[in-house]
Amino acid sequence: MTDFQEKVDETIKMGLEIVKETEEDRLMTLSVGPQHPGSGHFRFTVKVDGDYIVYCDPDPGYVHRGEEKMSEYRNFIQNIPHLERPVIHDSNNITYSYSLAVEELVNIEVPRRGQFIRAIASELNRQVYTLYWLAIYGIFLGHSTMFMWPTGDRELFIDLLEALTGARVTHAFNIPGGVRNDMPEGFKERCLRQIAYFEKRLVEYEDIFYNNPLFRQRTEGVGTLRKEDAISLGVTGSVVRASGVPFDVRKAEPYDIYNEIDFQVQYMKSGDSFARSMIPFLDMRESCHILRQLLDKIPQAGEVRAKLQPNPKGPAGESYKRVESARGALGYYIISDGSPKPYRVKISVGSFRNMLALPFLLVGSKLGDMPSIYWSLNYWPVEADR
Amino acid sequence: MNSKKSRTEGNDLPNDSPIEEHVQPNESKVKVKIDTTDTRPANGTADAILPTASSMTSNLEQEIINMIVSAYGNMIEVVYVRPSRMKIRVPPQDIVRVATFIKENFSFDHAESVAGTDYPKENQIEIVYHLSSYTDENIVPKILALSSRVNRDEPRIPSLINVFKSVEYHERETYEMVGVYFEGHPRMERFLLPEDWADIPPLRKDFRIKGR
Repeated sequence: MTDFQEKVDETIKMGLEIVKETEEDRLMTLSVGPQHPGSGHFRFTVKVDGDYIVYCDPDPGYVHRGEEKMSEYRNFIQNIPHLERPVIHDSNNITYSYSLAVEELVNIEVPRRGQFIRAIASELNRQVYTLYWLAIYGIFLGHSTMFMWPTGDRELFIDLLEALTGARVTHAFNIPGGVRNDMPEGFKERCLRQIAYFEKRLVEYEDIFYNNPLFRQRTEGVGTLRKEDAISLGVTGSVVRASGVPFDVRKAEPYDIYNEIDFQVQYMKSGDSFARSMIPFLDMRESCHILRQLLDKIPQAGEVRAKLQPNPKGPAGESYKRVESARGALGYYIISDGSPKPYRVKISVGSFRNMLALPFLLVGSKLGDMPSIYWSLNYWPVEADR
Repeated sequence: MNSKKSRTEGNDLPNDSPIEEHVQPNESKVKVKIDTTDTRPANGTADAILPTASSMTSNLEQEIINMIVSAYGNMIEVVYVRPSRMKIRVPPQDIVRVATFIKENFSFDHAESVAGTDYPKENQIEIVYHLSSYTDENIVPKILALSSRVNRDEPRIPSLINVFKSVEYHERETYEMVGVYFEGHPRMERFLLPEDWADIPPLRKDFRIKGR
């Protein structure tokens, strides 16, 4: 007779019932967020069986502002400052496709110099966003240096954007017809100097972070998204490019002057967290290359914006325009009924589309891998909620 | 349009039923400005041998629309064909069939967005799926807008989740924002709005922001 059997007999003698543990009893439900520092303003519930996640249900909406409804009350120009709020680190890209769509509806041409300045601001903003994302990715994988360095270097680009637009993060710089103002004196030299410095820093980032064996252990082979799944889930940006789909709107459907720029679409085939964290890094390097060309090719003088009517409006119609933001394709679907206010604005953002990959990747992986998968999706909750 | 001719030759169905282009009144100006090509259908059936999308280079948008129209005939309403952008409108009960046809023949493999628009004057709600491709490099720059109009009083439409898995969250968002019920979707539940939301769907035109 084992001790266990004695205990069973004793329990029965005491008149207690013995209940066998079911599968449901083993599962534990954990709520991640919305106050959790590791999730952003976003909540998802996971069920864990021991160390493994067996169920995941995202619950976004904590920062839902109703941008689409708000847009119906304001005219095309008034909409710009609030439409950039969902992702203020990348505000030049989220207003970029809006401007493109309104330009098609109102039928205005952007002057060539304006197109270049737009692209420069957009690329600088891409660096700002990606550095912020990298800082967060670093700290949540326990790498404090990788939090400090990008946060510091981000200031360089914020300073450049401040010189260009007048604001540190909320620029409201792109307007239908061009950009709000011209480049300041000496901007080109300053920008080139910062890029040269930043490219040196990127080498150091790679050494301390991406070649770190601990980092690689936590990301390589973790949360692998196969190419066909990435396509059917419709994910975008760095997530789809990490899974072997070389899709970049700047290359696939070049807008403004991007067809004159020579650059490579960065993609990897492994589809794991490492690839998803590597792609934004490679994008930053490519972005430096693009910025150099833009600064080289920009016309010396000229208008930066087309003349607009005080309350611009065009014929009734609709437009769908997209740009490549730091989180993937960012599309605006605008319906106009001929009045100065849009009839309907639909924003299709990368974060919202990439959210579909979260339950797909988390189910079956370890709870400890959750941060490395979640942050590798390049997910910005505020943008997804709109 | 040589390819159109060659397809019609092997077919003995009469080719005298051009589809009337029914265009929304508020979209007519845009149409006049941009539509320059003939949108009459090439006659044929869905079973006819279709050239693959990659083999066509000139005016691919028009070819795609022609093929869809030739397969489904009068059911398809061509709203516009522009460079890189196309829009067709189908009846709600046929949307799954048409979407499957589009996915299988032109490698449109995912949806970028699903938008619901309220038209209270016409008592209709329009649902637009913006379909795009990752696989065929000729299709990659193009967006095909697949739309359908449902009755505003009882907005129900079959879900496309079995055709395009990427619409899952988009349809859920459209359900709560515009109030369209997608039949066959596994979870028609609240998504972005507060848990205690007890008002009409906010993107309906009769929902007013407080104070405005």
